[in-house]
Amino acid sequence: MSHIATRKPSPLRRFWMRSQGTLLPVITFLLVLLLWEICVKVFSIPEFLLPAPSAIWVATAEQAGLVWGHTLATLRTVVLGYGLSILISLPLAFALTSSRIVANAVYPLLILTQSIPKVALAPILVIALGANELPRIIITFLVAFFPLVVAITTGLLSVPGDLIELGRSYRATRLQQMVQIRMPYAIPFIFSGLKTAVALAVVGAVVGEFVTSDRGLGYLIQTSTAFFRMPLAFGAMLVLSLMGIVLFQIVAVAEKLLFPWSSQQQAD
Amino acid sequence: MTAITIDKATKVFSSRDGEEVVALSDVSLDIGENEFISLVGPSGCGKSTLLRLIGGLLPLNGGRILIDGTEVKGPQVKTGFVFQKATLLEWKTILENVLFPLKIMGSLDAKSRDKARELLALAGLDGFENKYPGELSGGMQQRAGICRALMHDPDILLMDEPFGALDALTREDMSIELLRIWREQPKTIVFVTHSISEAVLLSDRVVVMSPRPGEVKQILDIPLPRPRSFAVQKDARFQDKVDEIRQLITGK
Repeated sequence: MSHIATRKPSPLRRFWMRSQGTLLPVITFLLVLLLWEICVKVFSIPEFLLPAPSAIWVATAEQAGLVWGHTLATLRTVVLGYGLSILISLPLAFALTSSRIVANAVYPLLILTQSIPKVALAPILVIALGANELPRIIITFLVAFFPLVVAITTGLLSVPGDLIELGRSYRATRLQQMVQIRMPYAIPFIFSGLKTAVALAVVGAVVGEFVTSDRGLGYLIQTSTAFFRMPLAFGAMLVLSLMGIVLFQIVAVAEKLLFPWSSQQQAD
Repeated sequence: MTAITIDKATKVFSSRDGEEVVALSDVSLDIGENEFISLVGPSGCGKSTLLRLIGGLLPLNGGRILIDGTEVKGPQVKTGFVFQKATLLEWKTILENVLFPLKIMGSLDAKSRDKARELLALAGLDGFENKYPGELSGGMQQRAGICRALMHDPDILLMDEPFGALDALTREDMSIELLRIWREQPKTIVFVTHSISEAVLLSDRVVVMSPRPGEVKQILDIPLPRPRSFAVQKDARFQDKVDEIRQLITGK
């Protein structure tokens, strides 16, 4: 028999313990906004240097339809470029891991593509491919695909020798080894690559829009700043970061739903 | 009946700088049907290598190994392998893990699931079929690993320090458990271990090996009555055999 008194925490305390992981960052963010607002008001900072959060909100809300249109345009580039990087990374990583010759032949080239600054490449691509959506998608793809290839390759190669031996002891074919052992083992690695890549895809799309576009949030930022409409530029920037966060979370949630064991493993 | 014939088996590994290391030199050994035989010896004596040669996971450099009179050329259906770690696939449930060999071999059928459930129940894992390996303790994972090796009903079970990664208490339980499974499903078991008392407790014969090059030093019969339990450790003969093997290994 135990005589140690266990006090039940109050409902408020329990709510706090359960949700502080999500509540704390939100509160911090709101405090930063408040501080920002106060600073702008107290030091009367001119709007073209740093607009107050309230001004950003008003300007963005007034142009909600316009901002939404540009958001959809950027989202389209991000999704297409990201999709292309997945389509190319997966088979490329399989080829890299299944043949030493392919690895030796292609890997240095991959690193070369990464050493080229994408901003420098963008204008060249525009001349080569025309002033349309394609160069923007290619830039997005180039920015996003490398970390993805590296993550998938690392995952496929880090399968423990024990598991490979297990497969061999039951005479698994190379294909079975790939599909039944290597690929599932690499899932957590693949998803960590997918998360990095989706954040980078947003960066890539905006770089593309800076160089050539007549639509998109990058374009909106450029035109707004050209006319010193700083609140709208800031609004577009915040929408961009929001887009990055939402896309990242979609990938994270997809992992949790499709491969529950994978996200558990990363938490360890 | 002889189940496994090892005839002058030799295995040489070449290291990266081209140096050759003789892991096994002229090892000969006959293992009887449904015999429980243990390989013990210091690290580097080639006991795990010998096990992998029997399982066809490594090629021989000399001599030959026969299972039921047929030469071993690669992994075969007649053997099941249990590794030091449970090596379960973390993305599959315990039941799916146990079914894995049949899936790879393409011989899954309607009865497979029932059989897997029976095996899991035999190993005391009923109720855990739909759990993932990460949700089980180390001992339970290793039990599942043993069930998996039994799934395709091999005549021979090759076990490479299967309890080596477990804590001392779980380890003792597991050896008694293994004896029970072996009694219900008789098989030839080749068991590699570092633990001398474990080898004596389990085996009909213990093969003591010596390193550099890996050789069979001596083979000892363990004439203790079966079925065995922990009580057998109080038997004077048990202690005698443990001491004898320790002397052979350490030379003291």
